[in-house]
Amino acid sequence: MKVDRAHPLWLAYILHRVSGIALALFLPLHFWVLSLALNNAAQLDSFLTLTELPMVKVAEFGLVFLLAVHMFGGLRLLAMEWLPWSAPQKTWAAAAVAGSLFISGTFFLQAI
Amino acid sequence: MLDFRLYMAQRLSALIMAPFVIVHIGVMIYAIQGGLTAAEILGRTQGSIFWFLFYGMFVVAVSIHAAIGLRTILFEWGGLKGTALNVTAWGIGAILFAMGANAVWAVTA
Repeated sequence: MKVDRAHPLWLAYILHRVSGIALALFLPLHFWVLSLALNNAAQLDSFLTLTELPMVKVAEFGLVFLLAVHMFGGLRLLAMEWLPWSAPQKTWAAAAVAGSLFISGTFFLQAI
Repeated sequence: MLDFRLYMAQRLSALIMAPFVIVHIGVMIYAIQGGLTAAEILGRTQGSIFWFLFYGMFVVAVSIHAAIGLRTILFEWGGLKGTALNVTAWGIGAILFAMGANAVWAVTA
């Protein structure tokens, strides 16, 4: 099967898949850092001071964007599969990215 | 039949998580103001049944969702199938659940 990679909905598909993989890879680190609270609060605090680094803030922005875009992309997918919509698919894909940028942008502005 | 059940579990876990994700992002935007400390996080979550149930259900849903999602990708892109595919997917789900449950317990107990 030939895949049309120039199609906006192929981009929506690949963005959903790549953001999902990235989030799944991030989760073990996320859980491990939080579990430090139980028996090593000092280490958790020293880890949390890293969040003041500009590079970490940019990475956090990226993670919030991935989370938001995966959620909106997923809602778009659910709407396509379960609701009788079809024509405005591209608009929904674009709205998913715009909404995610807005949310992660808000996060970033609070972080800096 | 297995495919249909996995498909439904994937969609239902997604629907459960959509409101959790929105709250999670909202809390993050609120919580990072003025920097993050362990005391601040624990002050919000420790002893709270609400946050225990919120993050507990979030961890259950995300473990199922990530395991099924990665199972699909390992099949389509990784060429894994049969028992190897199922064992890997169950392993991913179990590890995520164990680590997530540990984290939830660490910040709410």
